Amino acid sequence: MNNKLDSNLIFDKSRTGRRAYAQAPSNLATAAIPASMLRTDKPRLPETSELQTVRHFTRLSQMNFSIDTQFYPLGSCTMKYNPRACNALALLPEFAGRHPLAPSSHGQGFLTCMYDLQEMLKDVTGMKGVSLTPMAGAQGELAGVAMIKAYHDARGDHERTEIICPDAAHGTNPATATMCGCTVVEIPTGAEGDIDFDALQQAVGPKTAGIMLTNPSTLGVFERRIKEVADVVHNAGGLLYYDGANLNAILGKVRPGDMGFDVIHMNLHKTFSTPHGGGGPGSGAVGVNDRLLPFMPIPVVGKSEREGADFYDWLAEDDLPQSIGRLSGFMGNSGVLLRAYVYMRMLGRAGMERVAEFATLNANYLAVRLREAGFELAFPTRRASHEFIVTLKQEAKTLNLTAMDIAKALLDKNYHAPTTYFPLLVPECLLIEPTETESKETLDNFVAAMLEIATAAKNGTEFKDAPYTMPVRRLDDVKAARQLDLAYRHEET
Amino acid sequence: MPFIPHTEKDTREMLAAIGASSIEELFDEIPKELMIDSLQHVPESVNEMEISRLMRQRARMDGSPSCFIGAGAYEHHIPTAVWDIATRGEFYSAYTPYQAEASQGTLQTIYEYQTMITELTGLDVSNASLYDGASALAEASLMAVRTNRRVKTRRILLAPGVNPVYEQVAMAIAGAQGLTFERLAQDAASGNVDFDALSPDREPVAVVLQQPSFAGTLEDVDRLTDWAHAQGAVVISIVNPTSLALLRPPGQWGEEGADIACGEGQPLGVPMSSGGPYFGFMTCKQKHVRQMPGRIVGRTTDLDGNPGFALTLQAREQHIRRSKATSNICTNQGLMVTASTIYMSLLGYEGLVNVANASHANTTRLAAGLCAIEGIERLYRGPYFHEVALRLERPVAPLLTELAERNILGGFDLTAFAGQDALLVCATETKTDADIDAYVAAVAEIIRA
Repeated sequence: MNNKLDSNLIFDKSRTGRRAYAQAPSNLATAAIPASMLRTDKPRLPETSELQTVRHFTRLSQMNFSIDTQFYPLGSCTMKYNPRACNALALLPEFAGRHPLAPSSHGQGFLTCMYDLQEMLKDVTGMKGVSLTPMAGAQGELAGVAMIKAYHDARGDHERTEIICPDAAHGTNPATATMCGCTVVEIPTGAEGDIDFDALQQAVGPKTAGIMLTNPSTLGVFERRIKEVADVVHNAGGLLYYDGANLNAILGKVRPGDMGFDVIHMNLHKTFSTPHGGGGPGSGAVGVNDRLLPFMPIPVVGKSEREGADFYDWLAEDDLPQSIGRLSGFMGNSGVLLRAYVYMRMLGRAGMERVAEFATLNANYLAVRLREAGFELAFPTRRASHEFIVTLKQEAKTLNLTAMDIAKALLDKNYHAPTTYFPLLVPECLLIEPTETESKETLDNFVAAMLEIATAAKNGTEFKDAPYTMPVRRLDDVKAARQLDLAYRHEET
Repeated sequence: MPFIPHTEKDTREMLAAIGASSIEELFDEIPKELMIDSLQHVPESVNEMEISRLMRQRARMDGSPSCFIGAGAYEHHIPTAVWDIATRGEFYSAYTPYQAEASQGTLQTIYEYQTMITELTGLDVSNASLYDGASALAEASLMAVRTNRRVKTRRILLAPGVNPVYEQVAMAIAGAQGLTFERLAQDAASGNVDFDALSPDREPVAVVLQQPSFAGTLEDVDRLTDWAHAQGAVVISIVNPTSLALLRPPGQWGEEGADIACGEGQPLGVPMSSGGPYFGFMTCKQKHVRQMPGRIVGRTTDLDGNPGFALTLQAREQHIRRSKATSNICTNQGLMVTASTIYMSLLGYEGLVNVANASHANTTRLAAGLCAIEGIERLYRGPYFHEVALRLERPVAPLLTELAERNILGGFDLTAFAGQDALLVCATETKTDADIDAYVAAVAEIIRA
């Protein structure tokens, strides 16, 4: 981490007439376009040398925490190692340079990977069909709920417009239900982290379109009565949607299809280790069981025989006339899918199971060690899944040490903060997910850092102004929202 | 064990600390009958050397044909530095900048991106990107409904030149909220909107214009923008960012400018990669900012009064507003935005103008060459940017297949869109005169045969 902020914007480095001459064609022909259509002003893009640009963005990169540089136990986000080979192989020139509308004759290599990826994802989820096109988890959710709606509509069951969500659900779940024209029915969570079964029974009825569940839940525990939940919802005529955010916890061990789920999205950028990229791209492939197969978003990859050999091609409108349609301009985040494919092949069958095993081992070990160090677990009677929750409600009261304070203090100790204040129903919470790729030493050192912060707080140290060693101190969020400054005004200079 | 660091001793000690006898025991809360023994269809592990061999072999199957297809994704030279820097681990393996102090690199990059994209589109504010161009239109349509409360319909009128796939995607994403999409009539000669057929009684909540159009033509955007505003509609523009080096930007269309601009960011330094990951950009007038979906970065100050960057206006978003959020969108296309910001910095305005001019010149050469062949002519009259629609006197699909056999991807089959045998061709700055002449010669040969 380069802890000295270079507060200069790229625009500050710009000088009229300077250029990265090696980077543009020298063709100076003027386009034959009517003058009335041409712009007369000059958009102020930076005028910098190639070295200045390279140095500027290299220095900016150094002002980030990342998996490659820090332990990043951000709960619910599965910040595991992103193998370098996945990136390099997805960017092989033929793959990177392939036009999305290139004919399948010039895409058998790419399409074979996509078909194989669909097959592997069907296996790990226990579903009957997979569409790779959704471009992020939230778009996978949208596809899922749209398929549930389409299923009911195709049966003439138009009254089913309610989607049930537990109060601990990701914000995208209720937001998705709204986007699909549904209303949200929220049900509470019981004391031990399972959903309130009585409330569920009250909630279902002739208007139930489906339920959206994460299992293990966002509370880091497995929904123990999942089969009964599935029966209740199915008996009421609804379908079950599996939010795959926490698939890492059960990979190769338990499959959503076997639990009774009808549709699932997977976050390939979590479980299958494609890069988070500073906030994207994601990839939210969806899996479905038999009854939702006709409604899958298009295109999907199909296999047929041509001249005695396997031939891979897109299946689209003609093949899936009941599809909920297209969600992207072409076929989703294909380069991300290639990375996931490489990762899954390197893990292999046994490697998948080990992901769940060692993610769970790491989480339970870290939970136990933190409890021994004096931190309170939100669900102490439960096994952790691949993540768990520490609540600082005591520390907040007695030491004035909040979840926010400890998050910022951890930054000064060179650890990325866990997820804070989510799920909303646990006060002063830290949601901690170590992932399987971290070593025991890293976990031990993290416990020591947490303990040092708590001990310092007991001795009267306040962390209200932390962090101190980052490129910036705590930022004024209120000012950011009230005095909106969303783009550099060139008049400033 | 790939990517797992645990030694046997580590595992033993960790289990002892937990008080469990085996890793299996850690799964004891999961009903036994749900546990599977083994996956069936995932192959055994291969190592990096083996997977590299396989992927290279598959990549070779796809080849490196000479590509003259556009239709929404464009081949441009990408400076080496763009992806060298974007794939630095500090950008590549970071996540959403929720911990602002530890994410200033990503945040400042997005702020610089927002600045550049507002400059290109001539509008006031930008978000941190959406998934792609097509889904950006869906989000823009929903945004238009939120901002335009005076109009009670949810009818969105599309110029004839709007990419048909964008319409499909917008319908798939926004249709459930009652939005409908209808096409304005087309003038057959120009391919653009037929102004004589515009009727004032449709009460559109928004009108969508695409410049250049899907078929490559240039629309009278000023007249159409003013007409749309006179109907009380919000104007959504879909634009190609490369073209904005030359063409008047949406913010300057008509009397008042378009209200929202969106489009496909791929031409700005993102590889074509079979369709993604790309990024959708979106900019708008300041007054609409609170209805804009997606993440937004703002510049503010820290405790010491120094400048710094943070996500802002988060009260619009799903993790705060849940079922009442402006969109369910959570992620942006951060890595692609990082790449495009580096791309725009490296090229600068002059560089982007050269790319645009060279692409225009190459497409002109290609169109002239093809139109010199008997049985090929321009489908629409009027100016174009870097893509031209051609009418053929023979079916297009077999011609494209024959060209593909010669390792030339001859363009996009426009027949379904145009309702006649038509081909859409594009030659960007990446094509040499020799490439173009070889393509023209191949077509001439196939047609003569």
